[in-house]
Amino acid sequence: MDKIKIKKGLDIHIEGAPSKHLECFEPSFCAIKPSDFIGIVPKMHVDEGDEVKVGTVLFHDKNNENIVFTSPVSGKVKAIVRGDKRAILEVIVESDGKNDAIDFGVANPMNSSRNELIDKMLHCGIWPILRQRPFATIANPNDKPKHVFVSMFDTAPLAPDNDYIIENQLDAFNVGVKVLEKLTDGNVYLGVKHGSSTCKDAIHRVSFEGPHPAGNIGTQINAISPINKGEVVWYCYPQDVITIGKLFLTGKYDSTRIFAMTGSAAKDRHYYQTRIGADITPILNTEKNSRVISGNVLTGKNITGDNHLCFYDSQVTVIPEGNEYKLFGWLRPVFKRFTDTNTNGDTRPYIMTGQFEQVFPFDIYPMQLIKACLIKDLEQMEELGIYEVDAEDFALCEVIDPSKTPIQQIIREGLEFIRKETN
Amino acid sequence: MKLRDYIDKIKPNFEEGGKFARFHSTFEAFETFLYTPNKVTTNGAHIRSHVDMKRSLIAVVFALIPCFLFGTWNIGYQHFLSLGQDVTFWQTVGYGLLKIIPLYLVSYIVGLVIEFTFAEIRHEEVNEGYFVTGFLIPLIMPVDVPLWMLAIAVAFAVIIGKEVFGGSGMNVVNPALLARAFLFFSYPSKMTGDSVWIAEKADAYSGATPLGTIFNGGTVNELPSLMDMFIGTIPGSVGETSKIAILIGGIFLIISGTASLRIIIATFAGAIAMSLMISDIPFYYHILMGGFMFGTIFMATDPVTAAQTNPGKWIYGFLIGAIAILIRVANPGYPEGMMLAILLMNVFAPLIDWCVVAVNVRKRKKRWAAAERSQK
Repeated sequence: MDKIKIKKGLDIHIEGAPSKHLECFEPSFCAIKPSDFIGIVPKMHVDEGDEVKVGTVLFHDKNNENIVFTSPVSGKVKAIVRGDKRAILEVIVESDGKNDAIDFGVANPMNSSRNELIDKMLHCGIWPILRQRPFATIANPNDKPKHVFVSMFDTAPLAPDNDYIIENQLDAFNVGVKVLEKLTDGNVYLGVKHGSSTCKDAIHRVSFEGPHPAGNIGTQINAISPINKGEVVWYCYPQDVITIGKLFLTGKYDSTRIFAMTGSAAKDRHYYQTRIGADITPILNTEKNSRVISGNVLTGKNITGDNHLCFYDSQVTVIPEGNEYKLFGWLRPVFKRFTDTNTNGDTRPYIMTGQFEQVFPFDIYPMQLIKACLIKDLEQMEELGIYEVDAEDFALCEVIDPSKTPIQQIIREGLEFIRKETN
Repeated sequence: MKLRDYIDKIKPNFEEGGKFARFHSTFEAFETFLYTPNKVTTNGAHIRSHVDMKRSLIAVVFALIPCFLFGTWNIGYQHFLSLGQDVTFWQTVGYGLLKIIPLYLVSYIVGLVIEFTFAEIRHEEVNEGYFVTGFLIPLIMPVDVPLWMLAIAVAFAVIIGKEVFGGSGMNVVNPALLARAFLFFSYPSKMTGDSVWIAEKADAYSGATPLGTIFNGGTVNELPSLMDMFIGTIPGSVGETSKIAILIGGIFLIISGTASLRIIIATFAGAIAMSLMISDIPFYYHILMGGFMFGTIFMATDPVTAAQTNPGKWIYGFLIGAIAILIRVANPGYPEGMMLAILLMNVFAPLIDWCVVAVNVRKRKKRWAAAERSQK
């Protein structure tokens, strides 16, 4: 068993950890949001009012028709919400509570070919849970990934305990790992927390010790086998592995998703078992003037008012908005950090140096890469290691940046620029 | 919160279409000085550290306060010492304040007017950078520098040293040092020699700095005691004399994370190594004499003009220390080398960084090549 120590990083301690208590919540509405997936162009298969089952195709990606997105519940398509230029924002399905699922057929991954496995995952609409690096797009089924990575733990602020989430579903998990092993000629690496006993028997189990972002997939990929130009690796989250396993065990798409309700402004802080894309309005009990985030405070999406869980997330964080003026706020001593969403200052040119390096555990010069992304210099970005990172790897830099620049957005735009230039 | 209500009331006048829209940046600067804005995060991370540019830079000003206080006292102390008068503590401080306040007024008024004007022209927010520069400039001047000279130097430093490059964060050399260098080369008689370091000195009294004494062929025995040089009761630029005050500021800067400890250690190492090699006097004299310590803690560590990569900081600092001593020992023109060493390395810092990053890039490309070979 390998052990890797991550030295650089920062554990952000904020109020509002969830208690270990699981409650079932069957949502009345679920939404699939094309914006959760990078670079897809949705083409609708259903209209408002159509009856759907669990696994019925809602839309596919115009860039790759094989990649379909299916309904997580059975019922009726309630609304197709569109935004500017009629872009599809959300496809909302009203659940009939029956969870009537299409049967895709039970299969033993050990006796199936790689293509059969991929076809089944594509058909039932769980393929999008597999993503690739670089670019963090949905994995391309035509690629052969160098390795597949699963991070078994999350070190983000108030992150859910994945060991707790998967503890009763280990059978499905192990089947899921078997499927992943067939997808790559390389290895399936499970990154576990140092001292944890999860997946003791896994072949490629690597334990990580250290502060956030030790649990980030990017950190783990970089420590185990950094991505070279032209290479592709795939990754997914532990719950996704369970979803894959269940597909092969039951033949059905099981959209169950356990998430943790966290954050100082959330009142009922514990774990909920619900569905992918669930409308969590009925269980959302928050303080006034607060922000509801699907995901964690570093990389999550603001879903205030919309209240639909995002596709990949297993955490909801509710924190107070910081929309208040503070007299001489820049001079006051600070005893409690990271309490609300105030930016604590305005955007400035980069002046301080050496601070990002303290929280950025990659063999990459972060400031130089950010600047290369700003000027969209493709060659420089490649040379400085853009393929090894994703926007989320820069979240801590963004948090501590005294110049208050949108670093994750800068990196994301840099990645998108390269993706479009090289395609 | 009456003040807040008042600000909210007059705010529309300064926004686009308002009566005073042309003073938007100025208003914004004062508003954010009084109140941190109610802005919330809109993309990326939802929480942000409490440290912003104001907080980072105010740390430097706080760190300079011991030097400022001691320097103020020392102006009076040196003056009355040269006259041979015995006066009270408060008379000493009073005289010092009388001398230093005009320097600060000129430094801040000239500098800030230029900064605000450029911000308005560019429709940008006013940067906090000048609060530090403006606080530093009087501390690195001889106390008797004529105010009109100071005004020209500040204007030169801010416009040519900073604004032409795009303002704070874009400058190549340290603006405060540039102001000093400008005067040093334009008006050398007011910036060097034995007569400029003590305010209204009695003619008979020698006002030579320790560096000046050594430069003119003096020996270590003619210098003030090590203790005096450490405490700072010697002639010199306003802020540079007291090593205790500098150390207090330095510790504060390191703890607050504003100054790079790498640069400081490397600069000391460079200076010690060089003086052991080429200097006749013990290395600790070089550390205590002149502007070495002040330059190391407050100038070399300026993050904008220093090397930005961690390995680069070691190289950059070491070379500053080594070159400063080299100039002191080998150069026949002037006694002090710290200013020129820092300015020189400011110019070379980007090159150092480029080399450091190139090593990283080469490593990455080697890995790519190895991966490609193994695939074939």
